[in-house]
Amino acid sequence: MEITTRSLWTLIHGMGFGALYLLAGSGAIVALYRQYSTNAPSQSEPGGDRFFGIYLTVMAALAWLTVLSGTYIIYPWYRAAAPAGTTNLAAYPRALLLSHPATKQWHLIGMEWKEHVAWLVPIAITMAAFIAIKYARDLRNHSQLRYALHGFVVISLLAAGIAGFFGAMLDKNAPVDGGQTIQLVQGEKE
Amino acid sequence: MSTQVAVTQENTTAVTNGSGAAAILSAGIGSFAVALFAIAADKSTFVKDLFVLYKPTGALSGETTAAILLWLAVWAILNWLWRRRNVSLPRINAIALVLLGLSLLLTFPPIGDLF
Repeated sequence: MEITTRSLWTLIHGMGFGALYLLAGSGAIVALYRQYSTNAPSQSEPGGDRFFGIYLTVMAALAWLTVLSGTYIIYPWYRAAAPAGTTNLAAYPRALLLSHPATKQWHLIGMEWKEHVAWLVPIAITMAAFIAIKYARDLRNHSQLRYALHGFVVISLLAAGIAGFFGAMLDKNAPVDGGQTIQLVQGEKE
Repeated sequence: MSTQVAVTQENTTAVTNGSGAAAILSAGIGSFAVALFAIAADKSTFVKDLFVLYKPTGALSGETTAAILLWLAVWAILNWLWRRRNVSLPRINAIALVLLGLSLLLTFPPIGDLF
């Protein structure tokens, strides 16, 4: 069982940082409701405010790791130009997608949207983490700050979902692969 | 936007909302800058070349770095101006969320290409 370094980085970026962010995002919306809504069943959990601030900070760290690894590690492999005359475009995902009318839009719409919309996520969630830490328990007295927090967390989750969906589809149609091969499990000799 | 319009001097709670408002509005502006710079780079070769800070990543490196720097600068300035004040948050929330929503739409290529 083997994996290439580029595939491994794609996994770390998408299944590691990105997927964890999406999972954490839905948790953040529930936590925001439970911690601060006046109708929530369990208000004022001890240490809940501090936990929520740390939770959003971890989400912000995940968001930054996702966009930075995507933009500066994986994207250069994705957009590498194929040398003239290259017939096998498997190592050049962007060129491979653009070479077929059936897959062209995955780049022109999918990647073009993903590469920009993903950057809204760390901005939105860093702001949310800052507010959760700065105001902590006092957030209960600032309903308008809570509304903004809700809005930004929901939109960041939507943006992350868009980026994640197109990331998965792009990797399905033109995987970023190559580099050194890492042997995970030694095969048995027959 | 004039700070005169949004800022009020009410002190209804112990901790003022100014710092939070600064973070919210700057996040909206930073997000909108991502979309704006992406469209600008798409429309002008000059701007596109200007945004190439790291060649393997192309213009995306400059578009996002410029937007992040703008966001942080606006955040720092607004925080300094509003840190001890209570400001009109409904208006700021509305502006920030509209900017964030617009960013989501404008980064979608078929919409961004309309400009």
